[in-house]
Amino acid sequence: MASFEESGPSTPVTEGIRVDKVSPRSRRLKRIRSLVVVLIALIGLIPVAVMVITAFKSRTEVVAVPPRLIFEPTLEGFVFLLTERSQMAPAILEEAKQNAGELGLFDRIALNAGQQITGPSDFVRRLRNSLIIAGGSTIFTVALGLFAAYAFSRFEVPGKGDLMFLILSTRMLPAVVVAVPLFLMFRQLNLYDTHLGMIILYTVFNLSLTTWLLKGFMDEIPKEYEEAAMVDGYSRWQAFYKIVIPQASTGIAATTVFAFIFAWNEYALALMMTSETARTAPPAIATMQGRGGIEWSAIAAGTLAFLIPVIIVAFALRKHLLRGVTFGAIRQ
Amino acid sequence: MTSEVGFEPETSATSTQQKKPRRTLSDKAIRNLFIWPALILLIAINIFPLFYSLFLSFTDYSAIANQAPEWIAFENFGRILNDERMWEFFSTTGKYVLYSVGLQMLLGFGLAMLIRESFLGSGFITTLILIPMMLSPVVVGLFWKLIYNPSFGFFNYMIGMADPNRPLDMLASRFAGEVVNDLALWAVVLVDVWMWTPFVMLLVLSGLKAIPDYLYEAAAIDRASSWFQFWRITLPQVTPLLLIAVLFRTIEAMNKSFDLVMGMTGGGPGTATEVIGVTLFRTAFQGQWRTGRASAIAYVILIIVIAISNIYIRYLNKIRGEE
Repeated sequence: MASFEESGPSTPVTEGIRVDKVSPRSRRLKRIRSLVVVLIALIGLIPVAVMVITAFKSRTEVVAVPPRLIFEPTLEGFVFLLTERSQMAPAILEEAKQNAGELGLFDRIALNAGQQITGPSDFVRRLRNSLIIAGGSTIFTVALGLFAAYAFSRFEVPGKGDLMFLILSTRMLPAVVVAVPLFLMFRQLNLYDTHLGMIILYTVFNLSLTTWLLKGFMDEIPKEYEEAAMVDGYSRWQAFYKIVIPQASTGIAATTVFAFIFAWNEYALALMMTSETARTAPPAIATMQGRGGIEWSAIAAGTLAFLIPVIIVAFALRKHLLRGVTFGAIRQ
Repeated sequence: MTSEVGFEPETSATSTQQKKPRRTLSDKAIRNLFIWPALILLIAINIFPLFYSLFLSFTDYSAIANQAPEWIAFENFGRILNDERMWEFFSTTGKYVLYSVGLQMLLGFGLAMLIRESFLGSGFITTLILIPMMLSPVVVGLFWKLIYNPSFGFFNYMIGMADPNRPLDMLASRFAGEVVNDLALWAVVLVDVWMWTPFVMLLVLSGLKAIPDYLYEAAAIDRASSWFQFWRITLPQVTPLLLIAVLFRTIEAMNKSFDLVMGMTGGGPGTATEVIGVTLFRTAFQGQWRTGRASAIAYVILIIVIAISNIYIRYLNKIRGEE
């Protein structure tokens, strides 16, 4: 490069030559390009849009042939998803319809389908299980990951590379592969189909992710901060929680959300390690169609309920997205 | 980095020495205290089960029978390797991985080239494109099942194949009443591609943005064609990242194909989309409960995954080393 700077190019570098700078032609190309990208994005989002639409269709609308884009939106899917109902006898139905004004929103929607709400559905419990298990495991896995990441980032650990590899390699195992021995172990320990068992499982399952991600974030905080603090009389522990943790807070937040999403979405282990008490939402959504005919609107409603937090998170995390899904290997 | 701190080595050394008695834990103790809880959990929940299932893979054992595991040495492995159906399931998995990873690379690379120069709202668009990858595969599989439905699904209408006289049923591998091989597999692959192309795009994009401008400037001064620039600058520069993407997706496709297939087809029609994870699940749990044999299948999968992830880690270290 040095020689280039000394002598300079023989011809002046103009817009026509410099491909990286904007010429009128490339400006036009850029506009076409951005249009194509927007188009692709829209096509890619059609399935999500279909799902959102379906969640607001009634039972009869869902199976209409051909599928309709314009229809009267209803919350029927959500009612069917969240409640257990029984069919009403015609006589009682008439009577109930006259008093419809006094009923709540959910009851009225069920009434339109000729049904009476008898209680909350299984799915409500599944969602609660999902929240408890994903939430609990996220807290533990981030805490453990924080400690391990700090130690790996700041101290000499014998065999550091191998240990980090070992931690990562546990994530490469297909869940189905470890599920067989885990099933036997959990049965012995009475952890099968318990919330505690699932929390332990997801804590370990996400530990590799949190350790790798957090180590990456901590490596970015200069060591000198803590060293200065320790010179001023902080103990190592104080330096850790008064300096490193606040400095890494963005990274910790991103890691927490990733751990939560992975636990929230997990299916294979939940399918094999739970049956009733601790069963989470994903295996429940998958088996929902088995019972009493396929209620697609309920399934779509369940999917939508599952989807919304994830979409919000995707936007909140967009700067860290790549880092999260590659275990901190690639920094955007 | 450490040398920068030592600009006043004497004072800092003496002050740490003075403070030493006040510290309750030495660095070494803290290090061990920080690492061991995580390691113990990993060993208990991941490493120990692996050895346990290695033992089980050499035995005849069923988790629901009240009998102790019976040692049969390599019989399980022999049976698996001689079972033609097993080979079929492995080749289905191979095809699945090949098709979906191949398509994802092509489309992801293309998309990254398109989105390379940012334009108004490109950040927003990129995030929109990324949404599918954050979703639960099994739930995705399920709502695609609705989309693929031959009578009231949107898919056939979108691709213009909605003629009721010649119905296209992707998940049943049927077109106009005739069985079309691999159609159901392609249906699952398409969903995997839909979910994960954005991931490849994101990886390639970060590679493209890291290519220094002066390379292109130099090429432009030499009046190199854009075709030449692509082959000699762009492609070699993003190859490491593409490789990472390939390996990452290969491993994930083997792991996560289970979720997607279970959500969409359950392995059907017949065994057309039965990837090896589904076979393993069926052998180990559903109805069969052949724990010993399932452990042996698990080990075969494990060896393949370890081989792939080894290559992956090697490249990862190489790339990180270059940074």
